[in-house]
Amino acid sequence: MDSLAPLIASAIVAGTPLMLAGLGLLINERSGVINLGSEGMMLMGAISAFAVVVATGNFFFGFVAGALVSMLMSGFFAWLTIWLGANQVATGLALSLFGVGASAYLGLPYAGESLLPPQFGVPLLQDIPVLGQALFSHHPMVYGSLILCVAIAWFLGRTRAGLILRAVGESPTSAHSLGYNVRRIRLAAVLFGGSCCGLAGAFMSLVYTPLWVEGMVAGRGWIALALVAFATWRPYRLMAGAYLFGGITILTYHMQALGVPIASQLLSMLPYIATIVVLVLISRNSTWIRLNMPASLGKTFNPNS
Amino acid sequence: MLVLERRAQPSRVMAWTSPLMAVILTALCGSILFMAVGKDPVASLEVFFLEPIKDRHGWAEVGVKVAPLLMIAVGLSICFRANVFNIGAEGQLVVGAITAGALVLYLDDDSNGGFWLISLALLAGALGGMAWAAITAFLRDRFNANEILVSLMLVYVAELLLSYLMHGALMDPDGFGFPQSKLFSDGWLIPTVLSGTRLHLGIILALLAAVIGWLYLSRSFSGFKLQVGGIAPMAARYAGFSSRNSLWICLLVSGGLAGLAGALEAMGPIGQLTPSISPGYGFAAIIVAFVGRLHPLGVIFSSFIMALLYIGGELSQSRLGMPSAITGIFQGILLFALLACDVLIYNRVRWRR
Repeated sequence: MDSLAPLIASAIVAGTPLMLAGLGLLINERSGVINLGSEGMMLMGAISAFAVVVATGNFFFGFVAGALVSMLMSGFFAWLTIWLGANQVATGLALSLFGVGASAYLGLPYAGESLLPPQFGVPLLQDIPVLGQALFSHHPMVYGSLILCVAIAWFLGRTRAGLILRAVGESPTSAHSLGYNVRRIRLAAVLFGGSCCGLAGAFMSLVYTPLWVEGMVAGRGWIALALVAFATWRPYRLMAGAYLFGGITILTYHMQALGVPIASQLLSMLPYIATIVVLVLISRNSTWIRLNMPASLGKTFNPNS
Repeated sequence: MLVLERRAQPSRVMAWTSPLMAVILTALCGSILFMAVGKDPVASLEVFFLEPIKDRHGWAEVGVKVAPLLMIAVGLSICFRANVFNIGAEGQLVVGAITAGALVLYLDDDSNGGFWLISLALLAGALGGMAWAAITAFLRDRFNANEILVSLMLVYVAELLLSYLMHGALMDPDGFGFPQSKLFSDGWLIPTVLSGTRLHLGIILALLAAVIGWLYLSRSFSGFKLQVGGIAPMAARYAGFSSRNSLWICLLVSGGLAGLAGALEAMGPIGQLTPSISPGYGFAAIIVAFVGRLHPLGVIFSSFIMALLYIGGELSQSRLGMPSAITGIFQGILLFALLACDVLIYNRVRWRR
């Protein structure tokens, strides 16, 4: 039991960036816009947060900076795709390629530097044996992401604004003829998605590792995109998926530590292969995907035509 | 205020000027960037656009970079035209390098080599890339799994596989534990086409691929079917064109070309297998394909520009004291600029009160 607690704890921490980014992308895609720039936005969020914390020593400012920088990037994406009608897939890829390059450049002075994150925990609850360490001794952001998940589920299913957002994603023409400003609603969704990716990146460089290495997001932006499809665009399933992937990542580390005679590189492949398996499982039934996917996903909407 | 107005017909003129505008816009953004970090913008642009091509040696080095970029971009152009988003060319390149390199290391006895054996190794590279792309094709075809995400995940898997082999089976036994293979012997290296430089036969093969790719898309029925499937999937289905065939053709061709590019890199300028066989050629080629208008001949122009960005990045380290990571920023800006300029193909800017 004693070895299980840190295992669960680290799986939760490893799953958190996936969940944060995934929740943002989920809202993003529910509005009918697919942003493949998540990897680049996470990297930029990671480096800007790291730089701000190195400069100011304040973790809160770091998270804010990460979210803002990513939001700015997603705003540019939104302008190109929603207003100028550029192809969403190509623009998202450009965002990712740019983020990979720019973060590598900006991060050069910080290469290999590491931070000492302050210890956190929920008062009283963290002293419970086993459970306390597993569930109640995390960074506030971990609990923040859980609250965000509940909030998004409530927003999408129980509020008028959530209904409008879904309407925009399912049928922008109908939403438009009802008098809703499709472009502005999509912009808001994309900006939200961007800031969540930024927070996810910031969480990686400030809490998860906590250091800066070039390309440290290592495909988690793409995995988050796959997770959204895996979750059939539903927040609670996304949470389950994120922690499942967090668990897989941690399992590979622990197998290495336990001396399982498999090369570390082969073990590190596991999350990527798991993503492919998940994609295959979820896509196999094409009617199911079509029923759940926002109907206008990836299509440009022009209110003037 | 300025408004965008949809054109009745897409502008053919803009379709071909927008890549040029994008390159100019990138150069402008670049000079602003250089100014922002306190470098002389004119001198900086010289490093990127003039210095790489000021002599014979410079041209040869540009050609060394053009070869893989062009070869991969030709394959990707065919893919993207059919609306098959193969984003994993980097992984296919890596696997091509592995299969070719493994074959060379297995057969190499310091005295053999020559035309037929080199051809065999290159073929192995192309087949390796094809096989890697075939995974994506199979999962898309059989299970409808998104090819963007699958091919991308396979990039990470391929890179880890290379790293694994470099630390194990293919490591140089006399290499003091460095994670790299032993150097290929001279008989196994791709011959150079310009004496005294590193410019190798790959550039000829790449240009050949571009011409064949162009003939395929513009002159063959199969290429026609593939493009109809990309532009109007419903029309293609009505005409009875098989989208499955197109999918397989695209991925096998682009995977094969990427694998060949990887084999050429390993057996050409690098001359061995190392954990970092490619400085992101597979991803840069995506931009090359778009800037070249997904036209196999157009990508000759754009791969040249991209090669300049690579060499400029390397030079800026020594000339300007700027890190070579700057290349990555320019690559992103170039694609953004192109996407923004492309808006003018379908729209015109009007002043409306």
